[in-house]
Amino acid sequence: MEHAYTILPLGEAGLLVRFGSEIRPDIHRCVKALADDLAAHPFPGLVETVISYTGLAVYYDPFRVRRAGAPGQDSAFRIVSDLLARECIPRADDSGRAAPRVVEIPVVYGGEYGPDLDFVAEHSGLSPEEVVRIHTAPKYLVYMIGFCPGFPYLGGMDKRIATPRRATPRVAIPARSIGIAGEQTGGYPVSTPGGWQIIGRTPTDMFRPDRADDPSLLHAGDLVKFTAISEEEYLARREGQP
Amino acid sequence: MSLSIIRPGLMTTVQDGGRWGWQKIGVIPSGAMDIYSLRTANILVGNDEYEAAVEITLTGPTIEFTSDTLIAITGGDFRPIIDGQPVPMFRPVAVRAGAILRFGACRTGCRAYLAAAGGYDVPLVMGSRSTCLRGGFGGWEGRALRKGDVLPTKEPGEFGQKMMYNIFSRGAHSFQKAGWRISQTHVTEERLRKPIRVMAGLQYDAFTDQARYDFFNTSFLITTQSDRMGYRLEGPELPLRAPLEMISEASPLGTVQVPPSGRPIILMADHQTTAGYPVIAQVSLVDAARVAQLKPGDRLDFRLISQEEGERLYIEMEQCMENIKIAVAGML
Repeated sequence: MEHAYTILPLGEAGLLVRFGSEIRPDIHRCVKALADDLAAHPFPGLVETVISYTGLAVYYDPFRVRRAGAPGQDSAFRIVSDLLARECIPRADDSGRAAPRVVEIPVVYGGEYGPDLDFVAEHSGLSPEEVVRIHTAPKYLVYMIGFCPGFPYLGGMDKRIATPRRATPRVAIPARSIGIAGEQTGGYPVSTPGGWQIIGRTPTDMFRPDRADDPSLLHAGDLVKFTAISEEEYLARREGQP
Repeated sequence: MSLSIIRPGLMTTVQDGGRWGWQKIGVIPSGAMDIYSLRTANILVGNDEYEAAVEITLTGPTIEFTSDTLIAITGGDFRPIIDGQPVPMFRPVAVRAGAILRFGACRTGCRAYLAAAGGYDVPLVMGSRSTCLRGGFGGWEGRALRKGDVLPTKEPGEFGQKMMYNIFSRGAHSFQKAGWRISQTHVTEERLRKPIRVMAGLQYDAFTDQARYDFFNTSFLITTQSDRMGYRLEGPELPLRAPLEMISEASPLGTVQVPPSGRPIILMADHQTTAGYPVIAQVSLVDAARVAQLKPGDRLDFRLISQEEGERLYIEMEQCMENIKIAVAGML
């Protein structure tokens, strides 16, 4: 990997490898490639990694890192930094990677499921149908998952439908709501308070803690494609679900 | 084999060493706020040190034991009693079926840990028995314990069984204590008053000289808006040199972030996995456990240490834990 980076300590049991200071697909690919490399080649003492827009957090247990390190190496931070700089980052390469997963998310737009669709349309000077057409057109990149379990930070929304957050946040946004906040779009896996403009709802569960192997519908690096469905289809897909 | 909750106390939850490995999908680690007290309690009853225990907060519960059980209580002092008799902390205690254990209000610290030999029999969710309060899963039905809940315990291991037999052989009405104890690790009045040691945070240099001076030379008040997610502090405002265009980054336990209000928040066990406010400091993990033992109304001071010093403290504490393990194993 050729991209410039800096390694910064995150306290005594973690560090951050930062590849830039902008939200850009090429920077995201560096972060994702390093995360994939560490998943394939974990080092003794590695706890986990967390992908964010511009960097990868690497959490480790300094006690275990040092015990596994060569005698004389006295700092876990140095051991892990050296390993990343000498082996992982040069080896991490997304050129040979398989194409990203495309996850289709069906959405019933407007009505009781998307009470703010009309506001977004008005704000954008478009019809609600045009907002839906524009929202369902791109493949959105999942830059990172955060805020709450399974919550995707998506990139690639058309600026024509960008709408500021609601002046007064809602006390509870229903789970699986799809919304817009500024130039961002995303979905709420669980019910939480929030100020996003809610334009629709998906019947697809985005976070299921009982699915032990993979509780989250989305992962950083996935592509998301929204498709419009009818209320009948929504209800049919939710039948028998909690 | 179970514990029956007669009174739940203020916030009593099942917590273990944490739900690690899932921050990449936004799932917080949760786990014991004071991880060292949890580990000590488990070691004392022969459990894996990261096994689930009951975390007790500010005002303790009243609990009835349905069968003979080996327990250990660590952390803050809630004056636990059985039949009017104080139950000593930091040692194994064998409790008879039918005994009722009462915790009062905390006298020292803020959180206590009640471990039972074998551990508590709640389902593993994503590899952990910790309660994720915000997500509503894990622990006991994804929530704090309530009156009438019956929390089952698992079969004790060999250490737990033998230790209980040994202690009971010394005679017991409702409970009997081991004739030895380990010393308190960090939850004493004196140790809780010492400054909280922190390392520079990612945006440390973005704060004004005055803000950095104030951060290390003023006592901060822990407000009532402090919980398992974070401790909100009151003190001098901590302004930035210039407005900062922040992009969300990973935020581990102990992150001290400063929102636009200028009032710092220390992220605790139920923190978000990523955060978008400037980070002035990173609390050392050994002292994050001490922060967990401070309560609203308490004051705290910060002291800057190097990353190397933070790592040295961490290693020292791990060695201390290893020594406790060896010492306790030798008591059988």
